[in-house]
Amino acid sequence: MTFEYSSAPESKAIVTIDPVYKLFIGGKFVAPKAGKTFTTINPATEEVLAKIAYAEKSDIDKAVKAAQEGLKVWSKMAPSERGKYLYRIARIMQERAREFAVLETMDNGKPIRETRDVDIPLAAAHFFYHAGWADKLEHAGVGNNPKPYGVVGQIIPWNFPLLMLSWKIAPALATGNTVVLKPAETTPLTALLFAQVCQQAELPAGVVNIVTGDGATGAAIVNHPGINKIAFTGSTDVGKLIARSVAGTGKGLTLELGGKGANVVFEDAPLDETVEGIINGIFFNQGHVCCAGSRLLIQENIQDEFLEKLKHRMSQIRLGDPLDKNTDIGAINSREQLEKITELALSGDAEGAERYSAACTIPAKGFWYPPTFFTGVTQAHRIAREEIFGPVLSVISFRTPQEAIEKANNTPFGLSAGVWTDKGSRVLWTAKHLRAGVIWANTFNKFDPASPFGGYKESGWGREGGRHGLAAYLKGAK
Amino acid sequence: MKMVTTAAALTDGSLSSIKGFLKTLSPVDQVGADARAAMLATRSIKTASKKWAIDMAISMIDLTTLEGADTDGKVKALCNKAIRPDPTDPSVPHVGAICVYNDMVTVARKQLDESGGHDIPVAAVSTAFPSGRASLEVKERDTKDAIANGATEIDMVIDRGAFLSGDLEKVFSEIVYIKSLCADKAHLKVILETGELVTYDNVRKASFLAMAAGADFIKTSTGKVAPAATAPVVLVMLEAVRDFYQMTGVRIGVKPAGGIRTTKDAIKQLVLVKETAGDEWLNPGLFRIGASALLNDLLMQRQKLTSGHYGGANYVTLD
Repeated sequence: MTFEYSSAPESKAIVTIDPVYKLFIGGKFVAPKAGKTFTTINPATEEVLAKIAYAEKSDIDKAVKAAQEGLKVWSKMAPSERGKYLYRIARIMQERAREFAVLETMDNGKPIRETRDVDIPLAAAHFFYHAGWADKLEHAGVGNNPKPYGVVGQIIPWNFPLLMLSWKIAPALATGNTVVLKPAETTPLTALLFAQVCQQAELPAGVVNIVTGDGATGAAIVNHPGINKIAFTGSTDVGKLIARSVAGTGKGLTLELGGKGANVVFEDAPLDETVEGIINGIFFNQGHVCCAGSRLLIQENIQDEFLEKLKHRMSQIRLGDPLDKNTDIGAINSREQLEKITELALSGDAEGAERYSAACTIPAKGFWYPPTFFTGVTQAHRIAREEIFGPVLSVISFRTPQEAIEKANNTPFGLSAGVWTDKGSRVLWTAKHLRAGVIWANTFNKFDPASPFGGYKESGWGREGGRHGLAAYLKGAK
Repeated sequence: MKMVTTAAALTDGSLSSIKGFLKTLSPVDQVGADARAAMLATRSIKTASKKWAIDMAISMIDLTTLEGADTDGKVKALCNKAIRPDPTDPSVPHVGAICVYNDMVTVARKQLDESGGHDIPVAAVSTAFPSGRASLEVKERDTKDAIANGATEIDMVIDRGAFLSGDLEKVFSEIVYIKSLCADKAHLKVILETGELVTYDNVRKASFLAMAAGADFIKTSTGKVAPAATAPVVLVMLEAVRDFYQMTGVRIGVKPAGGIRTTKDAIKQLVLVKETAGDEWLNPGLFRIGASALLNDLLMQRQKLTSGHYGGANYVTLD
């Protein structure tokens, strides 16, 4: 007999999922005017979790109006009082962390280990961090009399539902804005639980409004004349559409878009820890990470040895029930996303790259993709250029540091990059030449509310987190 | 081609080729190694897998007493405990070995043989344990004595002073020499005392040096220095035996010792083994845990799994 881990599922008993969810507008849950709903499912089992209100233009009107009413109270409140609400929200999120973690895992498909250890703690940390800023805004770098934009429209993706909500709502509220936020169509549940937290914290009505729906709902927010600023996280294609819509309207705009992050591994890298970093970079959250290290740029003279280590490590990856505490890779968030990953990976085969997938048992139900890498990838391959947003790594070799930089930068994106070397001077040299908003050295996917996050080129516009992210929610003489 | 030269460097017994090889070792990033070990510590081992792990951990224990106050009586009691860890439950496996000082080997061997523990080896700490600060002649005599008295496992210490001062030759040649004394009569465990080597780079280097010099096992600590068998140190050593196997085809064992006191600690060690070196190392031939208090905690947890409730400390024997 060998050491097989028995199943260790986190209990679902802690969450209560209502059969139907309404919109959260003006501090209350209200039915959408047209009465339409859509369903959200658990991508690991395909079971329907709940019916969700579908917000249309008239509902957005109502939400914007509520946010404008909320603004009268919120923007005039003493900043230290605003801070207290943010601290209160942060503490409630911590108290209800397990509930959030289980619900997020059920709605999103990501492993409970990640929601428990990463998503939820970081989400609460963002509220704590920004709570402290609320009465110190004259130090945000926009002059000594900073003002909020007003009503901010926020559209967030499905890959880190609650965390992206926190990245959006915490700075907006700290700076005295009110928000109309739309969670992603496939992952609305933790945002709706957050709405309950707002009620529990007795946040003034209209400060946070949460409207659920699809792309059309998002477009109604973007194009609404009562909205003063748009903050969007999602695909580059949609980001471009939003930039066009917003151009010339006077609305503020921040965009966090796609990426094709390069992890640059030099011959002197600490190999075992680098393997961990590559695994974390591309397989964390099933690769549904805008800053994923989806390209491995490896110095040719260590490629074979390194890939052997990578394969060995991949054989230990545990794919399966996201609620099992030992699961490393959960479910792909949707059928649509699985099809996109599958199609792009097939293009890798068709264009002559060589595929290696870990031998994982794929569950019968739900959406899954085994951890995979392609070797023999060149810059001309689609899998080297397009964002896959799944657990698929493209391995590209290089010979000199200059070549590594050229290849790493040879992409329309510029969100993240990693440098792996034991030489401090090489870390600095490489980081200086990489064109990416976030560069990690000998680590990857490390986030902190104090650290600004955002992209170069087609990866985005503006920063979130830290003083820079805060300033993006303030107007003032710069 | 690279593999072949590496294997030769590690097995030809020449110090210059080992020294050359050690220079090519990949560095260890401390932050990364700590993070990997911390992640593996989150594995949740429940029900059937926990039961399996407890029995495996019991069978891997080098049940140890290394005190100036050790007496014949204490060692005899420990031997009885080793044979029948839980007198109320014969399904509990016996431990991996008894580990004592040189002068207690005779007592331990006799007690084990007379009480049905023929198949439990006696390990003797050796080479001026724990500091290793003695001449090679003293270390030789220490080892020969233990083997003559019936020890079939020798736990030697490396000369950490020599290692830290860069005299790898002294470290290497001492291991080679003690190994020659063990020959086919005893297994050699080489204690690195990682708490004194401090850096993970040193741990990796010392691991390869010991393996190339003929160690059958590499062992973290004497138990007399803190920190002892921390998870990242064991991780680095497990990576070393895994890589050594890939280079040479020879599997070397690993023995963490010191500070592993609870069932949870022990299970974390087994998770490290499984997910680093692999299932092949999950047996007492390739993984041992140097401990004393750990055994009773394992027995209490085992009783809990079997009966559904905690019996408490009075239901396990104190030896």
